[in-house]
Parts: sequence; structure tokens; C-alpha cells
Amino acid sequence: MTLAKRIIPCLDIKNGRTVKGVNFVNLRDAGDPVEFGKAYSEQGADELVFLDITATLEKRKTLSELAKKVASNLNIPFTIGGGISSIKDAETLLESGADKISINSAAYRNPSLIDEIAKRFGSQFLVIAIDAKKMENDWIVHLSGGKIPTSTTLLDWSREVTQRGAGEILFTSMNHDGTKGGFACEIMAKVSQSVSIPIIASGGAGSSEDFYDVFTKGKADAGLAASIFHFGEIGIADLKGYLKEKGISVRI
Amino acid sequence: MKISIINYNAGNVQSVLFAMKRLGIKANLTDNIEEIQKSDKVIFPGVGEASSTMAFLKDKKLDSVIINLKQPVLGICLGMQLMCAYSEENETPCLGIFPSKVRKFLFTDPKSKVPHMGWNLIQDLKGDIFDESLEGAFTYFVHGFYVEKNEFTTATCDYIIPFSAAIQKENFYATQFHPEKSGSVGERILTNFLTI
Repeated sequence: MTLAKRIIPCLDIKNGRTVKGVNFVNLRDAGDPVEFGKAYSEQGADELVFLDITATLEKRKTLSELAKKVASNLNIPFTIGGGISSIKDAETLLESGADKISINSAAYRNPSLIDEIAKRFGSQFLVIAIDAKKMENDWIVHLSGGKIPTSTTLLDWSREVTQRGAGEILFTSMNHDGTKGGFACEIMAKVSQSVSIPIIASGGAGSSEDFYDVFTKGKADAGLAASIFHFGEIGIADLKGYLKEKGISVRI
Repeated sequence: MKISIINYNAGNVQSVLFAMKRLGIKANLTDNIEEIQKSDKVIFPGVGEASSTMAFLKDKKLDSVIINLKQPVLGICLGMQLMCAYSEENETPCLGIFPSKVRKFLFTDPKSKVPHMGWNLIQDLKGDIFDESLEGAFTYFVHGFYVEKNEFTTATCDYIIPFSAAIQKENFYATQFHPEKSGSVGERILTNFLTI
């Protein structure tokens, strides 16, 4: 099998700047999104995710401007997410050059949006982001940046979004996000094995070993992280070199 | 040099236009028949669904225009699949430039997710858009259907089964992967196409 495991830096965007919070709070400014994106592309990032965490009425416009800027400057695929809630939003972003969009809460609140977007723009265009938290024995889906718990389990929701036409799932473990203590490999493997579409693992990356674990034990197709890349704790080229040495297929 | 990118109801035709700009090439995104016919090179990009896209091309009379082009034409992803005879995606008769069939990837093993998404190797390269330096290079794929290997195959990728990563016949070139999203490797392939 030669399909490479993907390394995806995630850039949280607020007011046009890159930020990253720890457990969704305490945001730190980490720079210009396009410059960051370019640097990552040159270092060997396989894809980029831009998550806009501003919540203004002008959102659609700022997202489309961001998509246009990124698309014209980068030669690797990228996803844009954050507050996308309608077919119109999706269309605007497609026309601005986004390769994929990521939808989280809006898809849960209106699941037929998944069917509609997949039908109109193709499954490849749609990443469903899921934030989940382990509560007692179940992994429960949370909405609105992790603030609102639902009554749905991660596995049930993963299966449903797959059936409705999602092209990929971006799973963030709220228990692990920002801890740098490793990904949620056990539940990650369960999600990966219960759906037919690729899974991007997010939340908890702290070292190169964590990526090795999530690709092997966690059976993830891609690993996503933010701060460890932004603050230079792990270089993407070094990470890929490490993974290759350990027998993981990566693009170098 | 005049480059036309065929504009139709497919996903992300913009990204090819942006890729051309990065290479310093001015290209036109157009569905104007005369403009397409007068171009030195034509790119037929796209992601999307086969039957609705074929219906759209027929409606705009672009189907017969594409088939009869004599200049180098590059089909990308869905563009490549539509250049074939038939697609299993909603049982769609396609343009028939290549006699090949487009088949659906069957999901049988959790290790091989469908769609085939991400960076994979292209091998056994031949034809004008490739050169030796590209043998075994990673390119970016996103697709749930594939073109079977056939006499026109100029690059092979192995995912679930070996399939055509690229095909070429006379002035028609096509890649299943997205050169416009495949980093410097993709830029080299696009440049090779532009210098045919």
C-alpha cells in the first residue's frame, strides 16, 4: 500500500490571523495564514486546514477572501471550515477556489445539508468535522466549538454522515485537544473501522511518536495538529523522516 | 500561447486557473466554443458527478467540440473519466475519446478507504507529459471511480487494484490525479503539457 498517510497543519483563523487555543480557549496569535500555509507547503505538509473561528455576519465574505488568497498562492489541497451552514456558503467557497469545506455543528443541526452538498458538489468537497468528548463510557458529539453536548455518540454520527455522503471525517477528541499527550487512538481506530471514508485524527499531538501511534494503533488516514507545528516544536520534514524510517508511507 | 480552461458545472475549475497563474501563464476560463477551438492548448478539469456533467456538456454542445479538438487537450480527474467511453457512475455514456470503461472502487477492506483520497505514487511512466524525474513521484488523488488499465495507459497507480493514473491518445492527455494540487511535481507535469 503506497497511499501516503497525510500530515495536515491546521490554522485557526480569527480576524484574518492564525491563532491556536488550548482546549478551545486562551488564543495566541501565531501569524499570517497565507504565509504560514506557504511555509508549510514548502516543508512538506500534505494538505492544510483553515478553520475560521470568528463569528461575524461578514463571515461568508471573509471566508471567501481567505479561500481565494490561499488557492492562488498554494499548490497543495486545502480545506476551509468555520460557520459554514448553507448551500450558498458552500458554493461561494467552491467558486473562491476551496478544495474542500469542513462543516461541524450546522451538519448536526441540519443533516440533510450533508446530502445536498454531496449531491451538488461531490463528496470529495465535504469534510464533516466532529468534536467528541468521552463522558462516562461513551464518546459524545459536542457542538458549537465543544460547548454544547448532544445525545449522539461519535460512532453513530460517524456512520450517519458517511451514509449521507461525507467525503471525510475530521475527528477531534476534546479530551486530548491541547494536551500534547497523544491522540485518542483507541476510539480513533473504532471510528476508522466502522466507516468506509478516510478519517483525519485531531487533538493531542505532542510528538512524532504520537503520529506514528495514530497511523498504526489509531488507523487514521491523516493526522492534524496546530500549535506543535506553529511554534516549531515539531518540523514537518523531521516528522515525515521519522515516520518513513518507522515504515509508514509518507510523501517526502 | 492561448490556453483555455473549459468552464462547466464541475467542482473547482478555479484551482486550475490559479495553478496557471502561478506558472506565469494567462489562461481563460471559458465555455465559449469558438474561443476553445482557437486555443493552442485546452484543459478539461473538474471534479463532480459524471451523468449531470455529461448532460451539461451536451446542453452547451461542448461534447462534440471537445471530441473534435486537434490541439493538445488535458483532461483532469472527472475530465479524464468523461473522455472515456462509459462510466459506471450512474451508468453514463461519455465522450468516447478513449475506448476505456470507468469503474467504481469497491470498498472491501477498511484499510483501503473509498474515495481514494490523498497522495499516491505514479509509476511506469511514458508519454509527453512525464519525464524520468517523475517516476515514482507522489501526486494528489481524489476519486471514487477509476479508469481501467488499457493500451493508452501512460502512468499507473496502485490502489485496491492497479489503475490508469494517466492516459494518452494522439492529442488527448489525461490524468486522474490533480496536477494543479500536486505541489512541484504537479507543476512540472503542467509545464510539460504546456511545452508539448
